[in-house]
Amino acid sequence: MQSLIWLAIALPLASAAVLLCLGRRADAWGHWMGVAASGGAFLVGLGALIEMLGKPAEERALDTTLYTFIPGGDLHVDVGLLADPLSITFVLLITFVGTLIHVYSVAYMEHDKDRRRFFAYLNLFVAAMLLLVLADSYLLLFVGWEGVGVASYLLIGFWNYKPEYATAANKAFVVNRIGDIGLIIAMGIMFTTFGALDFATIGELAGNASTATLTAAGLALLLAACGKSAQFPLQSWLGDAMAGPTPVSALIHAATMVTAGVYLIVRSAPIFEGAPNAQVVVAIVGAITLTLGALIGMAKDDIKKALAASTMSQIGYMMLAAGLGPVGYAFAIFHLITHGFFKAGMFLGAGSVMHAMNDQVDMRRFGALKGAMVVTWVTFGLGWLAILGVPPFSGYWSKDKIIESAFVGEGWQPWVFGLTALIGAGLTAFYMSRLFFMTFHGKARWTDEVHPHESPALMTVPMIILAVGSAFLGLILATGDRFTTWLEPVTGHVEHHEPVLPVAVIVALTLILVALGAVGAWFKYGRAEVPQEAPSASLATITARNDFFQDSVNRAVFQRPGQHVTRTLVYADAAIVDGAVNKQARGWSSLGSASRKLQTGQVRSYAATMLVGLVIVIAVIVVGGL
Amino acid sequence: MVNEVLFWVVAIITVTGSLSLLFARKGAHIAMSIVTVMCGLAAAYVGLGAPFLGVVQIVVYTGAVMMLFLFVLMLVGVDQRESLKETIKGQRWIALVGAGGIALLLISVIGRVELTSSDQFTDGNPEEIAIELFSQYVLVMEVLGALLITAAVGALVLTHTPRLTPRRTQVELQAARILAGADPVNKPMPGVYARHNALDVPALDPEGNPIDHSVSRVLEARHQTQEGAEFRHQLADPDNPDHDAKPADAPPRDAHDRNPRQGEGESR
Amino acid sequence: MNPMNYVILAAILFSIGAAAVLLRRNAIVAFMGVELMLNAANLALVAFSRIHGELDGQIMAFFVMVVAAAEVVVGLAIIIAVFRARQTISLDEPAELKG
Repeated sequence: MQSLIWLAIALPLASAAVLLCLGRRADAWGHWMGVAASGGAFLVGLGALIEMLGKPAEERALDTTLYTFIPGGDLHVDVGLLADPLSITFVLLITFVGTLIHVYSVAYMEHDKDRRRFFAYLNLFVAAMLLLVLADSYLLLFVGWEGVGVASYLLIGFWNYKPEYATAANKAFVVNRIGDIGLIIAMGIMFTTFGALDFATIGELAGNASTATLTAAGLALLLAACGKSAQFPLQSWLGDAMAGPTPVSALIHAATMVTAGVYLIVRSAPIFEGAPNAQVVVAIVGAITLTLGALIGMAKDDIKKALAASTMSQIGYMMLAAGLGPVGYAFAIFHLITHGFFKAGMFLGAGSVMHAMNDQVDMRRFGALKGAMVVTWVTFGLGWLAILGVPPFSGYWSKDKIIESAFVGEGWQPWVFGLTALIGAGLTAFYMSRLFFMTFHGKARWTDEVHPHESPALMTVPMIILAVGSAFLGLILATGDRFTTWLEPVTGHVEHHEPVLPVAVIVALTLILVALGAVGAWFKYGRAEVPQEAPSASLATITARNDFFQDSVNRAVFQRPGQHVTRTLVYADAAIVDGAVNKQARGWSSLGSASRKLQTGQVRSYAATMLVGLVIVIAVIVVGGL
Repeated sequence: MVNEVLFWVVAIITVTGSLSLLFARKGAHIAMSIVTVMCGLAAAYVGLGAPFLGVVQIVVYTGAVMMLFLFVLMLVGVDQRESLKETIKGQRWIALVGAGGIALLLISVIGRVELTSSDQFTDGNPEEIAIELFSQYVLVMEVLGALLITAAVGALVLTHTPRLTPRRTQVELQAARILAGADPVNKPMPGVYARHNALDVPALDPEGNPIDHSVSRVLEARHQTQEGAEFRHQLADPDNPDHDAKPADAPPRDAHDRNPRQGEGESR
Repeated sequence: MNPMNYVILAAILFSIGAAAVLLRRNAIVAFMGVELMLNAANLALVAFSRIHGELDGQIMAFFVMVVAAAEVVVGLAIIIAVFRARQTISLDEPAELKG
């Protein structure tokens, strides 16, 4: 199966093409075909996994070249798929969670007349994401990178008849473009330095390059990762991306696409190995984003936006881990996997809640839903426990390891990163508990016309499966360091480092902070009355509610000056470039007008001209004696 | 050797004939003088030892081309006199200087050349020309055939005018004529048969008034008609008191206005 | 007598034809001027043929006649078409060539 891994990409891609080409004729069965394509891709990935498990660890990676993509002189790029433990891990995450979300969407989108188109886009996304993670070169990865960007754009703007949703899609697209430029620059640097773009060659040659080159490439890659993964300072699009249907938020903007940045960093490990400064920057970006996300999550009343802020924050954790170097790679991916499960589960739960509440998203009008929606409550609760890092749920196994790793090192770094991660855990506990209590506990603050009810089985079954994953996946994978061993061929073996604080102290501190956050949230939002309107708040809260004024900052720092530059350029273009051309054109035109007068329209004048010309020619010949 | 007398006769005929191109006003006159020029040139060809070309010149130019010119002249109006007044400023002087200049230049060049007539004079009889034409120049002949066909088709296409309205039938024409108020029956025959078995006398209606349009227009144009009114009293009832008198109400012949002839074919 | 005199006659006829084309406004008359120029060329060709004692000049003159015949047919058809459209064959009228 490992050599047939291309099928995993081809199946959803073909399904997307069929769904888009057939149009309304596929309305009746198109969604099931989408589910089948995604499920088929999962089976392919599962087969590849089984085959790989049968081989010794160092022989598990298999690079299959399909055909030559660009045979251009110095630049020779093959379309090759790299199936190694890292990419197969992603394949399984994407296809498994993706299939569950496909099934969920069948029910969620049932009353949408464009459900077929929705599934076509979802399949397109799955195909592009698989191409991204399976590519064996940066160029092919870039194809998948852009593919998921397009799918994300299409799905955020799926209800594009609402102008603000279309704007949100455009915003995501534009911000992602900034990140893409980073990836392109990185590819340019790598090509000039190494003369190749495939991971294998770069991994071999990276040690020969200078630190400055590697730092530049690493920072460019970080820019790309920031754009895709909504990391500071390119985080602004993720909150607005919640305009898309909730399954999209669960699949793309929580579980898979936004984690592509982490994948890129981990995949580019050879580059970062030689550029410690770039690594530190990665960790700093992760630390900033995890704090920022947590603070925004504490202030948001919109359930989806709160979850989006939480996603940002959790990816910040992963970035932080990825920035720690080989110590953190495996844990970054581990947390990515567990996060994919519990966050997707919680998004699906949020979708279920919205389904029950007439598509309302304001948590201040929820409350006391645990009675009406038991399955949603339980599954969401498991996700909540997982993200809090309560043992023995999934999040504990992954996040705690990240916090531990953050404390590893020398000098100022372990203290800054470690404490940030530690405090972030407390903040996470607070805002997630706030979200959970405001939605499911307390008093009912429903608007008059809503009658909450449990969602159909097609929606609850995926939620249950994801909840089971949220509960036990971490335990299963962490037992005996299974997952880190599995990833070792890619991330490299790391000797155990002792953190600056004893491990037991770190775990204890983390759990205390988590408990404090959760209990604080219970007192403020579980037991106490929650106002139906957001109360007037301190400057800090307002800042967090407004996403730290990220849009205003972007506008003032980038958009306005950019507008002025373009206006000046337009003026210069009109006055100087066009001006010169126009002046010249006017000159020729007036010359033409002048010579037009020669054109009298009198045939006999023309004939006279001809005769006179003839006479002159003959005279020249005769007199000149030719 | 070339006959000198023939040359001078030809020269005078052709130059005078062609000068009509510049000075004659009527197209038909010009065409006829060009015919003379062509005939003169034919004579010159014969004199230069090209009898075949001379005959062809007569047949093609005077017989076909110039006749075609005459046909077209007739078609576009033969009696259009053309004003010789120049409308473009300076055109006349440019034309005269240009034409004179080219004549002078050509003659000066020709005058400088010393060419003596060859003695191996081959009489341009049709057989030799035919041998040349159909051996060395056979491809040119074929091409010229194609050219002539193309020209004929081109002329047909150029002069063809598509019919824009359907052709009117006899019945439709008749209906249109009646609608326009024409007489549905035959025109009355002329003549007062009791006294005159004549075409020059108008018929009389039952009241004794002359019917003017019963007399042919041609006779009227020649003033060869007689008035019908003068016979009226002789035909009228003898009991009538005005038996002998000339009818007072009959207007004089000249003032008698013509019957309107609208709707009749010949007025168009 | 030298046949070159015929060539001189041809030059004179050619000039008269050219002057007619320039001076006459009636398209048919101008066209006759063109024909006269062609015939002048023919005369020169025949005269040269006589001078050189070759038949080629006559053949060439013959071809000129054929081409002239074709030209006349098309030219007159054009004149008729123009006359139908404009009710005139004056060369000064169709000033649509004016720039």
